[in-house]
Amino acid sequence: MEQTEERYPFHNTFRIEGGNFTHAGSVSSQVKRILKEERFPNSVIRRVSIATFEAEMNVICYAHWGILTLLVFSDFIKVAIDDEGPGIHDVDQAMTEGFSTASDKIRELGFGAGMGLSNIKKVTDEMVLTSVVNQGTHLEFMVKVFS
Amino acid sequence: MTLGDIQKLLDAEVIAGSENLGREISHAFAADLLSDVLAIARRGADGALLITGNMTPQVIYTADVVDLGAILFVRGKRPTEPMIELANQIQIPLLMTSYIMFETCGRLYHQGLKGCVEKAGDGAD
Repeated sequence: MEQTEERYPFHNTFRIEGGNFTHAGSVSSQVKRILKEERFPNSVIRRVSIATFEAEMNVICYAHWGILTLLVFSDFIKVAIDDEGPGIHDVDQAMTEGFSTASDKIRELGFGAGMGLSNIKKVTDEMVLTSVVNQGTHLEFMVKVFS
Repeated sequence: MTLGDIQKLLDAEVIAGSENLGREISHAFAADLLSDVLAIARRGADGALLITGNMTPQVIYTADVVDLGAILFVRGKRPTEPMIELANQIQIPLLMTSYIMFETCGRLYHQGLKGCVEKAGDGAD
């Protein structure tokens, strides 16, 4: 038990390049591996991974670049993503299922269906999204380990 | 059924992960939209077969983050070298069949393979 307390919290940061579709998904893959190594329950890993994947794709699809921070606590996992980019004009509208400003390129990849943010909200325990137009967007979400 | 059974049934070519043909597959779903894959996987798709025509590396990453059992590409579409490399690296089996998606799903369903979920929920899923 003492070991567990010493172990957490820890954090990792990852840089995500906007427009770099070649490796889109690689950060989420790394996040999943870290959580697997920590032996969190599969359901927790799955929820964090899905939300992280959607968030990573959002930075790649819409922003210039972003930093994703994974914070691992013994009883919850938090992910925060800050990007520099065009921002979101209307956050409520962006949260609406089916609303999308995706380009054809994004749609060709199988994304841009307007489901990402609502999927993140559904799969996490808490989610906060704020944005300043022409500056960037801050997204953070949290998944409890024991719910 | 096993991945090997699926291969025989669909006259499929194993592109990556041939050492995993004994892997048991009990559920599947078909999607080209990765957003749909993620939404379905939210309800649990561990070890499932993804039937798709999406030919991007993102389909491999998606399969990885939601712990799918294998990916089956339909309509004779062949994954690119970078996709195969990535699949080998993260150890997800890839198969390809010439059957179209409808035929592929029908044949697998007929043999007893079930869907991961039957229908979308009321928005809470």
